[in-house]
Amino acid sequence: MFKWFGVVNLSPSTRVAEFAQLLREGHLMASRCSACGDRSFPPRADCARCLSADFEFLELKGHGTLYTFTEVSVAPAGFETYAPYTLGVVDLEEGGRAMAWIGESLAAEDLEIGMSLQLVPRLRDDVEEIQVFYTLETPGYARDRAGATVTSLLAVWPREPATEGERIR
Amino acid sequence: MGHTAFGRRTDASVQELACEAFAEALRDAGIPRDAVEGSVIAAVPEYHKQRSIAGAVSEYLGLAPKPTWLVEAACASGGAAIRTAWMAIRAGSHDVLAVIGCQKMTELTTAETLALMGRVGEVQWESCFGATFPAYYALFARRHMHEYGTRPDDLIAVAVKNHHYGAMNPLAMFQKEITPEKAAASDPVASPFHVYDCCANADGAVCLLLAEEERAREISNHPVWLSGMGAASSSMSVLRRPSLSALPSTGEAARQAYEMAGVAPQDIQVADVHDCFTIAEILAYEDLGFCPKGMGGRFVSEGESYVGGTTPVNVDGGLKAKGHPIGATGVSMTYEIAKQLRGEAGARQVPEATVGLTHNVGGIGQYCFVQVLTRE
Repeated sequence: MFKWFGVVNLSPSTRVAEFAQLLREGHLMASRCSACGDRSFPPRADCARCLSADFEFLELKGHGTLYTFTEVSVAPAGFETYAPYTLGVVDLEEGGRAMAWIGESLAAEDLEIGMSLQLVPRLRDDVEEIQVFYTLETPGYARDRAGATVTSLLAVWPREPATEGERIR
Repeated sequence: MGHTAFGRRTDASVQELACEAFAEALRDAGIPRDAVEGSVIAAVPEYHKQRSIAGAVSEYLGLAPKPTWLVEAACASGGAAIRTAWMAIRAGSHDVLAVIGCQKMTELTTAETLALMGRVGEVQWESCFGATFPAYYALFARRHMHEYGTRPDDLIAVAVKNHHYGAMNPLAMFQKEITPEKAAASDPVASPFHVYDCCANADGAVCLLLAEEERAREISNHPVWLSGMGAASSSMSVLRRPSLSALPSTGEAARQAYEMAGVAPQDIQVADVHDCFTIAEILAYEDLGFCPKGMGGRFVSEGESYVGGTTPVNVDGGLKAKGHPIGATGVSMTYEIAKQLRGEAGARQVPEATVGLTHNVGGIGQYCFVQVLTRE
């Protein structure tokens, strides 16, 4: 159900579609190649190193540091009502990078390259369709606010990430 | 060579723009249409209403039944088409080919343009968060500022320089100087970028006639040579890049081109580089070796990329002031450097230039084509 993923989904078909299902349940997943063990975030079905088509999901805690960011004022189609929004790129401690919106726990003037952040699974609760994505927040924000609807738009998923490296499914 | 005026060309269709450039190129070379053995068209299909544009252009120019095909590499389509024609000539398949870059971007509605703008990057993990084209380069700009102390004033210096030269180019979309104050006060687009950090969509066409060496000497007493040709790619997803303070495809394509031509960055006397956003020109100075890594901001602010400086860059106005009809841009770069090497660049002429360079980037460095051009 990858059509659930993103603010506006453009690519519903993928072999890593279960990522969105797991994100909906509060799990942030990387992929790990079953043949050579190479890890990837964002996840990919076919190993970048050895091209094996076998992979498994591996849960991440999502801790990382801000690599770069930009506040988007001129939005593309489908995003007009959200502008301005801030895009961040985070370097994940567990490997890989993610692009995500900076969430409500961080003020624009406090953003600084190198600061500690956490990539947090989010479930949208103002629309009828299922819609999931992740935002960049102050570390621990999800734990502290678990279950609360913190804006009119987004609920924090009421669970903590699994122990690092714990296998899900 | 032939080059239409760039800008909002509501007076002409894309075929008519291509014909304007093609007819000028035939007059310039002094050869009949029959001498052209085929055409390679550079364009990005989604910006035209007419699908499969190569066929439409070839028919309108009266080139059928000679072969034609479209080459697409986003904003580097022009560089890719020139390389494709060069390869066909080197392979011995053709002696004379027309490369025509053409684009008519203003026939799309704003809504259509905004929809396309949201899909320039990797769509599965990035575009779904509203990452626009300016936003990507803004991410590079912010990172470059962090790593090297590049200042907002350095970004503005690129825009001011390119508008300065755009004012000397009768084919440019914007032929007006701007002040740093005006650039800084323009509307925000994606921080740290304002409107004047970004190039503009445009209409236009450019035609080059490429010929095999012996044939070129028959046609012209002053041919300009493609002496070094480099091509490279970088990952579509910026999340898979080693850093966001350089374009690795530029470094690799430049290395190939310098090696083939037997020149060093310091030998380049005039260059057209891909300044789709102000930071992109700063990255280009560094990745092409015109200045050390991290010094690109200082390079432009200290005037080193003006005529009279270390390496004059984009003295035709660049994408910034000339406008950016995507498919035509790379072809326009080669046209401009050839003009410079022929000594025909008018007010913006770099004196005695015999070695020049073009640098055409597609997307956010996903594609890169570098040429070293020389005159005997």
